[in-house]
Amino acid sequence: MANHDLLEIRNLKKYYSVTAGLLSKKAGDVKAVDGVSFTIKEREILGMVGESGCGKSTLGRTILRLEEPTAGEILYKGQDIIRLDKHELRELRKEIQIILQDPDASLDPKMTVGDSICEPLVIHNIGDEKARAQKVAELIQQVGLDVNCASYHPHEFSGGQKQRIGIARALAINPRLIIADEPVSALDVSIQAQILNLMVDVQEEFGLAYLFIAHDLSVIRHMAHRVVVMYLGKIVEQASKQELFQNPLHPYTEALLSAAPSFKSKGKQRIVLQGDVPSPLNPPPGCHFHPRCHRAMPICCQEEPELVEISAGHFVACHL
Amino acid sequence: MDNNVLKVNNLKTYFYTRHGTARAVNGIDFEVKHGECLCLVGESGCGKTVTALSILRLVESPPGKIVDGEVLYNNLDLTKCRIKRLRQIRGKDIAMVFQEAQSALNPVLTISDQIIEQIMLHLPLNKKEAHSRACGLLEEMGIPSVERVMNVYPHQLSGGMKQRALIAMGLSCNPQILIADEPTTAVDVTIKAQILDIFRDLKRKRQMSLLFITHDLAVVSEIGDRAVVLYGGKDVETAPVSEIIDNPKHPYTVGLIGCIPDISQTTGRLASIPGTIPSPLELPPGCPFHPRCSRVMDICRHQEPSYISISHTHKVSCFLYQ
Repeated sequence: MANHDLLEIRNLKKYYSVTAGLLSKKAGDVKAVDGVSFTIKEREILGMVGESGCGKSTLGRTILRLEEPTAGEILYKGQDIIRLDKHELRELRKEIQIILQDPDASLDPKMTVGDSICEPLVIHNIGDEKARAQKVAELIQQVGLDVNCASYHPHEFSGGQKQRIGIARALAINPRLIIADEPVSALDVSIQAQILNLMVDVQEEFGLAYLFIAHDLSVIRHMAHRVVVMYLGKIVEQASKQELFQNPLHPYTEALLSAAPSFKSKGKQRIVLQGDVPSPLNPPPGCHFHPRCHRAMPICCQEEPELVEISAGHFVACHL
Repeated sequence: MDNNVLKVNNLKTYFYTRHGTARAVNGIDFEVKHGECLCLVGESGCGKTVTALSILRLVESPPGKIVDGEVLYNNLDLTKCRIKRLRQIRGKDIAMVFQEAQSALNPVLTISDQIIEQIMLHLPLNKKEAHSRACGLLEEMGIPSVERVMNVYPHQLSGGMKQRALIAMGLSCNPQILIADEPTTAVDVTIKAQILDIFRDLKRKRQMSLLFITHDLAVVSEIGDRAVVLYGGKDVETAPVSEIIDNPKHPYTVGLIGCIPDISQTTGRLASIPGTIPSPLELPPGCPFHPRCSRVMDICRHQEPSYISISHTHKVSCFLYQ
């Protein structure tokens, strides 16, 4: 694994303001992403896990500037993405692509599959018509579909096949980094395995880095090299996969690991968290997790814990 | 054996659409014993939900129709009995918890209205008694500040809370059988663990039978006593859960278990089942799994396998074991 950082995120924030009342007075901020920092190295799969509403998708979209960040820096190969103008941004998007969760919604129903895959090539003005057609045919085969598929429309495919098309489209312009936002959560298990295998194959073949966003810890364990755990817009723990799964330090990670059903470890002691994820509009003071934490201390409801490095590469934000 | 509370024999439910006949449920057999949790497992389109709906005759007709088979509850065939009798059974003796709590609850009625309505319909209680019974149920579901929750509308509750309210509603008349259709699918992991705990408690405390429908084998192993694996509208394998997990026989079950990444260990490359799930409109001839099966034989392509008993609790429908 190369050791330099492909993407570095520093203290990224994305707030959505909420208005209320007749005059749309500002009622507060939803802190969807609240001061997140991490890095992704070349050829690395960084898994990002958290429950709904923890800000994982917003974060993924913000990196591509599909959402404008409120504060912070996003450095891609040392260049701050936030300061780029329109043209530079377009160049950047050659390097970073996204695979979305819902393959139904991410393909244009009126375009043939071939046109959809070809579109990034057209936008970035790569190759002539003949070269593009050849590239599309190549990509379609690479993701395990039949070449004739190019002339069909999305509704003629199943969910898994549509996800393959989404992957082919993301690969079209040889990106370095792919943000995969819950790429398998809408798929059946037998299809999910096919897509995960495909994603591993293309990662190795093209030398890609992934930001792999998922809520399913077993999928993360299968895919990622390093894992970031998010809770209410903040990173609560970050470590290598082995370290995180064997030695989780944050009580939330611990609970998340023990809550995931598994058929190979029967009769394990499980920590069942009480209550729901609080609203990001009105997060609890101090550590956001303290009302549900089974090891909460008095300090947790007053002071917000910092993310500190416990051992090499293992960061945790907890007073424990 | 007579501790079966529900027996489904050769159930077939077809949908007549303009694209042709969809054989959603195409000959399913199973029985639910007293006090057990039977899981129906399968991927989308395998007929799990339609089976559940067919049991209570809730399949919309037309286009759907139960074309064959019987559903025996206390020797009464629910597919043929009079609708008046069926209404007494629905919600009282056999209750159902649906997958999407948001759409299963009525958005313009408060939680208390909805639970009390059901209680008063089936039990000889007055409104006050029904109210206190509803409160008790919500408490049992682990809902904090019950009085507040009783008086709110569904949209004011979180997903996990709605799911609990729905389970409370299902339990309100103390049913003998509770059918739960993917009750943990739409919720987060930590909430999923809470809901599974509730079901485990119910089974222990109330001694009732659960028919638990899910696509998640990990959930099955956590909660189920026995499991029925469905594929292409048919039950392909039935066995105690530990048997299914440790000693699966049908190539589909084997494949399904192999393709799940597990949280307790790092897995290598995932085994996968090639191809896609067949559409119920165009089920392949012979064994429905044969186009994807790694151990397909000639006979599988044109003849449907019958059930083979591996042991007295384990049956499988595959030519490999004939």
